[in-house]
Amino acid sequence: MTRALDLLTIAGVSAGCFFFVAGTVGLLRFPDALTRMHALTKADNLGLGLIVLGLLPQAAGLGHALKLVAIWLFAQISSAVASQLIAGAVLRNRSAIWP
Amino acid sequence: MGSFLLTAAGLVLAMAALGLVRILHGPRDADRMIAAQLIGTCGVAILLLLAAATEATPITDVALILALLAAFVSVAFVRGAAGSSAPGQADHDR
Repeated sequence: MTRALDLLTIAGVSAGCFFFVAGTVGLLRFPDALTRMHALTKADNLGLGLIVLGLLPQAAGLGHALKLVAIWLFAQISSAVASQLIAGAVLRNRSAIWP
Repeated sequence: MGSFLLTAAGLVLAMAALGLVRILHGPRDADRMIAAQLIGTCGVAILLLLAAATEATPITDVALILALLAAFVSVAFVRGAAGSSAPGQADHDR
């Protein structure tokens, strides 16, 4: 049983790391601010979610597991709000898109 | 299991370090702010991985605080830097 939970952790954390790598590659390679944000917000939040999913079997108890999920949900909400704010600022100031 | 989680934390830390390249090159303030958002998300993931690897559960609270501060950074940017670069429109949009 412990072995199965460890395998779940390894799978979740590995997939999360993959999405973090994908998000960073998108941030470095995409041509303008809005596409960079597109790459970052999706890939990073999915990566964080998969890492949290992988860490759940290692959690100390139900309270700790709920706290992990709460951190992920909070990161989702704050990332959505921050992306809207930054994208709004970029669109108001059109020259911020094309260098 | 601990060493695997530490390795994963190191990989995510390397991704956060690569985000610094985007902060260096810009070209605009918005791009730097997006990279700062990446570092915030990576920091939360690193702290959660460290908490599980070292079995030091209080580090989870540090990750929660970092997620909270990362949200405020973007709000401060939009109120400050983006507004000052477009002074004519900023007051109207607020």
